[in-house]
Amino acid sequence: MASSSTPKYNSNSLESSSSKRTLKDGTNWEQNEEIPRLPGETRVTDKDVIYMCPFNGPVKGRVYITNYRLYLRSVENDPVVVLNVPLGVISRIEKMGGASSRGENSYGLDITCKDMRNLRFALKQEGHSRRDIFEVLTKYAFPQSHNLVTAFTSYSFFFAFANEEKFSENGWMVYNPMSEYRRQGLPNERWRVTFINEHYGLCDTYPSLLVVPYNATDDDLKKVAAFRSRNRIPVLSWIHPETQAVIMRCSQPLVGMSGKRNKDDERYLDIIREANGQISKLTIYDARPNVNAVANKATGGGYEGEDAYPNAELFFLDIHNIHVMRESLKKLKDIVYPNVEESHWLSSLESTHWLEHIKLVLTGAIQVADKVSSGRSSVLVHCSDGWDRTAQLTSLAMLMLDSYYRTIEGFEVLVQKEWISFGHKFASRIGHGDKNHADADRSPIFLQFIDCVWQMSKQFPTAFEFNEQFLITILDHLYSCRFGTFLYNSESLREKEKVTEKTLSLWSLINSEKSKYTNPFYTKELNRALYPVASMRHLELWVNYYIRWNPRIRQQQPNPVEQRYMELLALRDDYIRRLEELQITNNSKISNSSASSASPSQMMSQVQTHF
Amino acid sequence: EIHIKEPIEKEVNPHLLPGELLLCEASTVYKYIQEDGSNRGTYGKLVCTNFKIAFLDDDSASDDNEPQFKNKIVGENDITLQCVDQIYGVYDEKKKLLTGQLRKYPEKLIIYCKDLRVFHFCLRYTKEEEVKRIVSGIVHHSQTPKLLKRLFLFSYASAAPNNTGGRNQTVMFDTLEDWRDELERTKGNVKYKAVTTNEGYRVSEKLPLYFVVPICVSEESILKYEGRGIPIWCWSCHNGAALLKMSAFPKEQDDITSQTQKAFLDGIYKTISKPPYELLKMDDLSSSLPSLQDIQIAYTRFKQLFLIDNSTDFWATDVKWFSLLESTNWLEIIRRVLKKAIEVAECLERQHTNVLLIEESATDLCCVISSLVQVMMDSYSRTKSGFQSLIQKEWVIGGHGFLDRCNHLHKSDKEEAPVFLLLLNCVWQLVQQYPPAFEFTETYLTVLSDSLYVPIFSTFFFNSQHQKDTNMSGESLKTQSAPFRFLTVWDWPVQFDPKAQAFLNNPLYAEKPKLDKSQRKTARFKHQRQLSLPLTQTKSSSKRGFFREETDHLIKNILGKRIGKFINSSDEPPNSFREFYDSWHSKPVDYHGLLLPRIDGPEIKVWAQRYLRWIPEAQLHGGGTIATAAKILDLMEEVQSLQVKMDEEHSQAVSGDVHSVPMLRNSARLSSLFPFALLQRQSIKPALPTSTWKDLEDEDDLVKRDDEFVDLSGDM
Repeated sequence: MASSSTPKYNSNSLESSSSKRTLKDGTNWEQNEEIPRLPGETRVTDKDVIYMCPFNGPVKGRVYITNYRLYLRSVENDPVVVLNVPLGVISRIEKMGGASSRGENSYGLDITCKDMRNLRFALKQEGHSRRDIFEVLTKYAFPQSHNLVTAFTSYSFFFAFANEEKFSENGWMVYNPMSEYRRQGLPNERWRVTFINEHYGLCDTYPSLLVVPYNATDDDLKKVAAFRSRNRIPVLSWIHPETQAVIMRCSQPLVGMSGKRNKDDERYLDIIREANGQISKLTIYDARPNVNAVANKATGGGYEGEDAYPNAELFFLDIHNIHVMRESLKKLKDIVYPNVEESHWLSSLESTHWLEHIKLVLTGAIQVADKVSSGRSSVLVHCSDGWDRTAQLTSLAMLMLDSYYRTIEGFEVLVQKEWISFGHKFASRIGHGDKNHADADRSPIFLQFIDCVWQMSKQFPTAFEFNEQFLITILDHLYSCRFGTFLYNSESLREKEKVTEKTLSLWSLINSEKSKYTNPFYTKELNRALYPVASMRHLELWVNYYIRWNPRIRQQQPNPVEQRYMELLALRDDYIRRLEELQITNNSKISNSSASSASPSQMMSQVQTHF
Repeated sequence: EIHIKEPIEKEVNPHLLPGELLLCEASTVYKYIQEDGSNRGTYGKLVCTNFKIAFLDDDSASDDNEPQFKNKIVGENDITLQCVDQIYGVYDEKKKLLTGQLRKYPEKLIIYCKDLRVFHFCLRYTKEEEVKRIVSGIVHHSQTPKLLKRLFLFSYASAAPNNTGGRNQTVMFDTLEDWRDELERTKGNVKYKAVTTNEGYRVSEKLPLYFVVPICVSEESILKYEGRGIPIWCWSCHNGAALLKMSAFPKEQDDITSQTQKAFLDGIYKTISKPPYELLKMDDLSSSLPSLQDIQIAYTRFKQLFLIDNSTDFWATDVKWFSLLESTNWLEIIRRVLKKAIEVAECLERQHTNVLLIEESATDLCCVISSLVQVMMDSYSRTKSGFQSLIQKEWVIGGHGFLDRCNHLHKSDKEEAPVFLLLLNCVWQLVQQYPPAFEFTETYLTVLSDSLYVPIFSTFFFNSQHQKDTNMSGESLKTQSAPFRFLTVWDWPVQFDPKAQAFLNNPLYAEKPKLDKSQRKTARFKHQRQLSLPLTQTKSSSKRGFFREETDHLIKNILGKRIGKFINSSDEPPNSFREFYDSWHSKPVDYHGLLLPRIDGPEIKVWAQRYLRWIPEAQLHGGGTIATAAKILDLMEEVQSLQVKMDEEHSQAVSGDVHSVPMLRNSARLSSLFPFALLQRQSIKPALPTSTWKDLEDEDDLVKRDDEFVDLSGDM
C-alpha cells in the first residue's frame, strides 16, 4: 500500500534526483508539496542552503533532513532541482571554510557519498546553521559511531528498524535454504544436509544449514574446521544436475610457515572429489595471486600443497585483495566525477584498472563454471577467508551455469545465499552507519560483483529476467539502510538482532513491483551455460551507474529499443484481441463492418509515431 | 601439427561474373580456419581472376547450410583485388610483406583484407610451379599499379547484359533537375541557383556538371579561377541559413597574384554577406581538423588492432586494449569531427548564420562535415534514400577522389586516406546513439563500407564526375561504341536478395507520421522537407532559444561588419557551443528533428560490428545487440501476419503490401557476429584469456597486503 502511494521516492528517485524536470503545465504545485516521507520517517530539521551543483552551478534551496534522508529542493530554479539522498549513502561529512573564509560560497559542508558523488552545500556563517546540520547529519548518518549508543541498543538507529512501509510481498520469504537445496536435487545419496552449525557453534560466519559430503561425519567436520581459517570448512554451493560435479567454497587452509598438514582435511577433500563419481582430480581455485597465497603462510594461512593433496590440482586466479579494489574505485571516481575526463578517456580508464579487475573476476568465474560443466570435475574455491573473492567466483559461476539465478527471484536467492548467508561482511565492507570513512575494511567487493552481472547482462541482453534498474536498485539499497537485507556481517548477528522480524527486506520492495525491474527481452532458456567474453573489447564502463549523476552523460530513458519492443508487444496483444472479436462477430453475423472501425495499418502508424 | 586429410580429387570451378577471366590457379591449398589457434582447415583450390582471389573448397558440398545473409557478388571465400590490404608470406615462421617481384616463394600466404578479414593459406602441399604462379599472380594483380581502364568495372560493364537496374529512390545529382529539386526541397531557391556554367567542363574538371551558387555570383567570377574562391551551396537549413563550401586558392609565392586573389575573395564575401544573405562564418577545415595524413596514419594503426592472426594475438593485445586504442588516435579524430559538425550546426541553427567550409579542394573534409551536418539536421538524410542521395550529392558528384583516396589503382600511397570511412564511422556513432532516428541499420553502413572495394559499381571508382563521363564511352573497344552502363552501389538487389536486404532496414526506425492520402502524390521527396522542421516553429524557438532573429538583425545593423568571422573566433562567447550542446541534451530527443551526437569520452565507441565481426574470440553465443534486434524482428513479423489476418477478416482481399521481415528462428542462439558470422565455432568452450594483466606497479604495498590482517597462526 505504501509503495503504491509513494512511487516518487522509492529507489527510482535516487536515480533521477540530481535535476528533475518540473511539470509540463508550468504550475508549481510541487513547491507546496510535502517533501517525500516514508512511513516511519520523521523530519528532524530544515535549513536554507546553496547547493553547489557541479553541473549547473550554485542552486538556492532548502534542505530537509529526516531520520532517513537528506532532501533538497531548489527555490528559484526552473526546472526544480531536487536532491534525494538516503543518509546511509553518506560516507564522510567535512566542514569547508572557516570563520575567516572569503569568497562566495566558500563556507559550508562537503559530503562524500558511497554512490560515486560528492555534495557541497554553502551556508551562511551566521546563526550556527552549519553546526546544526553537521551535528544532525553525523548523528543520523553514523548511528554506529554515535555516543548515545549506551542508552539504546545500536540497531534502533538504523532507519530500517524504524521503517513502517507495507508491501504486498514479503521478501524475507524469498530465500529458504532447504528449498533452494531441494531445487538443486539435494540431499541425495552422496550429499547430506547437516545442522551442526545450527547455533553457529562450528562457524559463526556460516549459515546454520550446510550441505556436506554424505560420507563425512559431523565429527570429521569439526576436525576439518580446525584446519580452515575462521572454521570456514568446504561446503557445497551448487551441484551440476548432469555431471554431479559440485562447486564447494571455503577459506584457506592453515598451513603456516612450517607447512602443517591435516589428515582430516586431506581426507575430506578426497571425499568431495569422489562424491561426483568421476575419477578426475579435484580442482582447487585459489582466487588470490600466487605471491599473496605464499605470503599468507607467514600469518598461518596458505594453500593446499601438492604433497599433501596429490589428488588435487591447484590454480591461482590472480584476483587482487580488497585494498586494491578500493583504490581502483577511488581512481575511477576521480575520472568520472564531477567531470568526465575529456581527451584521454581511454587511457585514464585503463589507469584505474577497474575493468581489468572485472575481467579477472569474470575470467576466474568462467574457469570455475567450465571446469564443473565440461571438465566434469568438482571444484573447490577459496581465497583467504572465503567471503569476498570466493563469493564473487561461486555466485558468478552459478549465474553462468544455472539459468534459475538469472530470474528476479533466482538472483535474489543467489545474493541471499552466496553473499548474505555465507557471511560476506556487508557491514564492514560498506561501513553501514560508521563514520570511519578511511576504514581499511571497506571495499566495493559486492559492487564489483554486481558490475560483473551487469557486464553479463549487457553481453546477453535476452538472458536475464531483470533489467539494469534492478541492479541499480540493489546497489542503492546496499547503502540506504532502509531495508535490513544488507545489514550486519553474518547470519548469526542478524539472528541476534532479529533483523527479519524488525526490518523489511529489499526483495519486498522489488517483488511488489516486479514489472519495473523486468527485462522485456528476457527469453527463458533452461540449462544453458552462459559464458561471457572476458575481453576488454566487450567490457564497458557501466556509465548508467558510475556516471549517472552527470546530466551530460545521461542515457536516454526509457531505452528506445525497449520502448519500441513494448509498443510492439502491446500492438500484438491488441491485434490478437481484436482479431478474436472480429472472428466472433464475423461468425455470428456475416455482415461487413470494416468501414466503421479503424484499419490496422492506421493503428500501426499511430504506434510508430509515438516516438 | 597439421593433420592432413587426403585431398579429394574433384574439379571445382570458380563462379565467374560476366567479363571475369581466370588468370591463375593452384590446387591442394590448405586454408586454415581461424579458430582457437588450432591448425584445422580445408583443402581447396586458390584462384586469381581479374576481379577476385577466391578459395574453392574441395568439399563444397556443405551448401545446405546457406547463410541468411549472403553477398551474391563476393562470397565468403572471395577477396576482390581492391579489397586486399596487405599480403604476407611466411618463410620459416617469419612473416614478410610481399609487394613486387619475388625471389623465394613462401610456404604460407596471409592475406589481410580491407574489410578486416584475414586469410591464412598453406602452400606446402602445392606444386612448386603452381605456388610460383599463384603467389606472383596474386601479388601482381592486387598490389601493383594499374591503369584505370584495367579495372574490372570496365570488363564487367562491357560484358554484362545491359542492366538498367530498377530505378531506385536515390537522387543522383547528375542533372540540373536534381539540383533544382533539392533547392526547392530545402527552400534554398530564393537565394541560390543551379548553374550550367560547367557544361562541357569548361570551368573545371573537378567541379560537377551542375552545381548551386548564390544568385548574386556571376558566371564570370565562376570562370575566373576555375571555380576556386566561389562559395558552392551544400544545403539550406529551415531558417534560411545555408551551408556552403569553397575550394581555396593554393598558397601563392607571387605577391601580385595573391593580392588579386584576395581582392577577388573580398569581393565575393562582400556580395554574399549583403542582405538577403545571412551573416557569414567561415571555417578553414585544413587548419581546424586533423590533416588527411593524420587521418590515414590513425586509421592504419587502428585497423591493425583488428587484423588478428590467432588467439594468442587476440589476448596479448587485450591486456592493454584501451591504451592501444587511444594511441591510434582514431576515436579522437571521430570525436573532433563530430564536434566540428556540432559547431557548424550551432551556427546554422542557433546563430542563424551561413557557414562556409573552406578546404584546398573542398572534396575531403568538406564532404565529411557537410554530410554529417545534414545527417544531424535534416531527417531526410537519415532515411535510406536520403542518405544515398546525400552521398551522391556531397561525395560522388561533389568530386571526392575515391579512386585516389582508396588507392584502388595503387598509384600513390601518399594520396590514400580513409575519408569516406571516417564519415561512415561518425554516422555509426549517431546510429548507435539514436537507433530510432535512422531508417537504415549499422549493417547497412557495414556493407556500404565493404562496397568500397567491389569494382562492379562505378560509385566508388572515379575521382570525379568528369573522370567518369570521359571514361564512359567504349572508345577503346573498337567494335562497341555504345557507352558503358555502370551499376551504382545503390542497386542493392545486385548484391543482396530481398531476404538479406531486410537486414539493412532498421525495425526501430520511428517513421514520420504518414501524410494524408491527398498529399502523398506530390513529387518524390518534396514533402520530406518538412521532416527537419520542428513540429511547430514557435514552440521550438521559445523553448530552446535557438532563434534570435531580432537580436541578430540588430547586431548586423549596428556592426555593419559582416564578414571575416570564423567559427569559434575570439569575439564569441567561448561557452556558446557547450551551452547549445547541453541545452539540447537536456531536452527529450525528437527523432525527426535536430540530432546532436554525444561526444564525451565514454560515448565514442568502436564500431564493433565492422571491426570485430571476423574475430571468433570476440563472439558471444546468443548475445550482442543482435539478440534484442532479432526479438524485435520476430515480433514485427508476428504483428504483420496478424495484420494480414485482420485485413482478411475485414475484406476477403489479401493485402500484398507487407514488408518482408527476415525469419530468425531460435534467435536467442544467434552469434553476436550475425549477420557476418561465417566462422561458427564448433565448440561451446568459453574463450579464456591466455595472457592476463597482473602488474600493479604503482600500488605495491597494497597488493602485498592481505584482505584483513589477522595472525591465524596464533589460533592454533
